[in-house]
Amino acid sequence: MKSLAVFSKGTSIKSKPSADPSNAFRVVVGKEVADHIRSWRLILLLALLVLTFLGALYVSLSNIRSAVSNMQDPDSTFLYLKLLTTTDGTMPPFHVFLNFLGPLLGIALGFDAINSEQNNGTLIRLMAQPVYRDNLILAKFVSALMLVGTLFFTLVLLMIGAGLCITGVSIEPVEVLRIFTFAILTVVYVGFWLSLSILFSIAFKQTATSALAAIGVWLFFTVFYQIVVNLMVGALVPRQAILTETDLVGYNEMLLNILRLAPSQLFSDATTTLLMPSVRSLGPMTMEQMAGAIPSPLPFTESLMVVWPQLSGLIAATFLCFAYSYYLFMRREIRS
Amino acid sequence: MENPVIDLKGLTKCYGSLKAVDDLNLKIEKGEIFGLLGPNGAGKTTTILMMLGLTEPTSGKALVCGIDATTHPILVKRKVGYMPDSIGFYESMTALENLVYTGKLNGIPGNEAHQRALDLMDLVGLGDSAHKRTSVFSRGMKQRLGLAEVLIKRPEVIILDEPTLGIDPAGVKEFLGLIRELSREQGLTVLLSSHHLHQVQMVCDRVGIFAAGKMQMEGNIHKLSQTLFAEDSYSVSITVREPLPALWEHSDELRQVRDVRELRITENLVQIACASDVTPDIVRFFVAKGLDVMGVHKREFGLDEIYQKYFDNNLIENNTDEKSRSIFKRYLNKK
Repeated sequence: MKSLAVFSKGTSIKSKPSADPSNAFRVVVGKEVADHIRSWRLILLLALLVLTFLGALYVSLSNIRSAVSNMQDPDSTFLYLKLLTTTDGTMPPFHVFLNFLGPLLGIALGFDAINSEQNNGTLIRLMAQPVYRDNLILAKFVSALMLVGTLFFTLVLLMIGAGLCITGVSIEPVEVLRIFTFAILTVVYVGFWLSLSILFSIAFKQTATSALAAIGVWLFFTVFYQIVVNLMVGALVPRQAILTETDLVGYNEMLLNILRLAPSQLFSDATTTLLMPSVRSLGPMTMEQMAGAIPSPLPFTESLMVVWPQLSGLIAATFLCFAYSYYLFMRREIRS
Repeated sequence: MENPVIDLKGLTKCYGSLKAVDDLNLKIEKGEIFGLLGPNGAGKTTTILMMLGLTEPTSGKALVCGIDATTHPILVKRKVGYMPDSIGFYESMTALENLVYTGKLNGIPGNEAHQRALDLMDLVGLGDSAHKRTSVFSRGMKQRLGLAEVLIKRPEVIILDEPTLGIDPAGVKEFLGLIRELSREQGLTVLLSSHHLHQVQMVCDRVGIFAAGKMQMEGNIHKLSQTLFAEDSYSVSITVREPLPALWEHSDELRQVRDVRELRITENLVQIACASDVTPDIVRFFVAKGLDVMGVHKREFGLDEIYQKYFDNNLIENNTDEKSRSIFKRYLNKK
């Protein structure tokens, strides 16, 4: 250790209270983004996602000719939407893939947000600086979401670019709108899982526990939830033979609504509607309702109206998780 | 005690039924180095956390620089540098990046933070390791980096929780010297918690002995020793060649010597506590008994004895201590 001269020269100890908390928020976000970018975790996830995307794109490109020339399909004029949704059955289309890759992305980016800092002894150091606690969790959330947003917008732009190069067909504005809304929706979906995993990272001290808990919830909703709901419906709903048609529709509606408690169901409802403009309702429709309807694509705003409940449901769930993590974190005692 | 920098008023913290800190009152003046001494689990860290607003007191108030730490923690954190006992850094970042990050969090612009960080790394003796990742740092190096981190915001108060843990002896001396120098030159107020008595003794103006959530004693070391050892403030140890039996036949006779209060025999070492300096009389006594005196050592009471005495008196009725002792005994018997 050298003499104190170094310290006092030009750096007197008089502090100037200039730090404003919003600045601290930006600093934390910057550091978190840098951390994510440098981490192997993000590179692996990125590789996984890009591979899926390329695979899906390849399958859809090789089938695009038949899909677009199918005159029976009212959506056949939307070439770029077809690029995202066409498949020959060998591989699910990209938006279905996202249904289970999105949670993985969100969980992987958030499951150790707080508890790894606590275990490394950096959390207490951070909390001894003039930083608001809520700013810290918000910064963790925002930084990961920024990355996810950049990622998805890059992917869809790449897809549009590749489509332009390969087919030479110019893109319709409504397609751009639909595809961008799809990207935003995906970010919101990932955001839900991200906030859930941040919640677990606050609630559980061990990173492994919080990862397992988040993956458990994810598996429950993707695999078991439908099975459980179907079993319950099978046990509770009377036999079909004695039901009138309206009862049947009612039960069906109820079943769908219960299924919609799962975020993945909300996401797949919403993406299907956005990427397939001819989808006009997400529930069952009676013959009376269908009578007179021309099988034609809906305008963008109408599709948006159809998915609005789904979108707000996802956002609400995200906020709920976030509010609960805020509640848990604000008054917690932090010890190293 | 006009305008204390740290002012704790009836601070109490309960964890369930356990009182970790019990009605603590403490005032620390500007520019003072205060040593908070106590055994593990005495509530030192809890007290410090309450001063920083990192945990809420059950009752009472913690005022730092006149600001209530519970209601305005951000204002307090701007003025206080805190070094936790188990310090960690972001391992994927270099030491310099870690420091600059802390600097920026305190609102210091990037290039100034960079400059300050480099200066401070030199100051704490890490100038060569500035660009190394902190994952390769040893415990002692992290501790030094921790001090640099505390200083980068130019605090008015620094709170160090077990600051000398893991530093080599030469480093400890330097480290404490640096803290003392900083306090003297820059008027920094320092609160230091430790269970290393000698180190505390070396730098602190005042110490407080903290046990079972209560401040048992407070004052400078001289004063403490006077109040605690008003009776027997000298201790003489005499080493003889042959081990003495535990029930030495002359022990009662030795107690008759003027001002001798107590004696303890462990093999060939006799420790005698006395009220005045009667070393020559004691030596004469041993010689008269025909024992070969190999060494005579006289000492005044330091913090070690104060501490020892205090906790000896205090912990005797403490069951946990007894329990651990009996476990230790059982372990020894097995061998």
